[in-house]
Amino acid sequence: MHELGIMESAVDAALREARTHQASRIHRMVLRIGTLSGVEPDSLRFAFDVVTEGTAAAGAKLEVVSVPARAWCAACAQEFGVESGFIYVCPHCGRLSGEVRQGHEMELSRLEMS
Amino acid sequence: MNPTPEVTPADECQIHPLSGAAARPGRLLSAPLSAEVSATLASGPDGGAAVRSVDLRVPLLEKNDILAERNRGYFLGRGLVALNLVSSPGSGKTTLLERTLDEFGKQTKCAVVVGDLETDNDGLRLRRAHAPVAQITTGGTCHLDASMVARGVESLDLEGVKVLFIENVGNLVCPASFDLGEQVRVVLLSCTEGEDKPLKYPPIFKSADLVLLTKVDIADALGFKRDVAVENIRRIAPTARLIQLSSRSGEGVAEWLDYLRSLNPQR
Repeated sequence: MHELGIMESAVDAALREARTHQASRIHRMVLRIGTLSGVEPDSLRFAFDVVTEGTAAAGAKLEVVSVPARAWCAACAQEFGVESGFIYVCPHCGRLSGEVRQGHEMELSRLEMS
Repeated sequence: MNPTPEVTPADECQIHPLSGAAARPGRLLSAPLSAEVSATLASGPDGGAAVRSVDLRVPLLEKNDILAERNRGYFLGRGLVALNLVSSPGSGKTTLLERTLDEFGKQTKCAVVVGDLETDNDGLRLRRAHAPVAQITTGGTCHLDASMVARGVESLDLEGVKVLFIENVGNLVCPASFDLGEQVRVVLLSCTEGEDKPLKYPPIFKSADLVLLTKVDIADALGFKRDVAVENIRRIAPTARLIQLSSRSGEGVAEWLDYLRSLNPQR
């Protein structure tokens, strides 16, 4: 529901970076979005066209990279990747983990510009 | 939400901090021409500037995260504990706070920041002689953010306040992404909702420090299986504290108040 606002900050950040690098046009933006961020990649894509209209990023390509969750098992003292879903069971000992190490990401990770 | 700022000449025209000279668009004097930047000014095959790729790590909620840290520092400095209460609309946040202010609030001074899309109904319900309340109407925004909380808190007299309750907009999705600077995130799930809510809205339950299963007095009448709900909460949020309560019957309320005391508000 707030993807429009998130995309506004993404495009703001991209335009700021472009200015810093003296670029006048943004060709491609890559975002990293964690599976726990609560943000829908499809809604982001929808918001992108609306937000970039009339800016230096108009017509740019948007790539949304999904960042899978990783959790920490205190019993095994090791991290494990979560294949899918939101129930984090340690593959080694079968215990549930509530300690998230990755998956909250929401960042602008690459910009192609000229 | 603010409209996206257009790139205007005023934005791009910057004044050099030392010379005072205005820089033209594309020639920001404050950013020196490094080798990297010089390279970009070379023409590409089509006669335009070459396309360049830059790797970054810009958090999209950077503004909110910075303000949230500022709120956290402010709360810490004042020695008050801030709790962010999130849930679906109608899960009993306001009723729980009414009861909490009447019981716990008598010994420990509390304040409330309450967010809704419209109306000050909740603010009016919570207004007590001994508890300052700030109502924030978000005007359609689906969550509170750190700046709204900062503005709400600024309008309150926090003298002697030890516990700040932030009642978020009723929504199980968006508030998960927005740190308000709280010390404790409380997620409420009422028995009028399904037992599988935690499985359907996992990010918010995963972010919980405390889950409150509310309206347990009517669970049986609704055919709500408390054990199934508890199991689902445990699977999604295994380390979160869980309290089952009813603000109406009073069941479990003592445990909730003990929890508040255990947060050990200073001063």
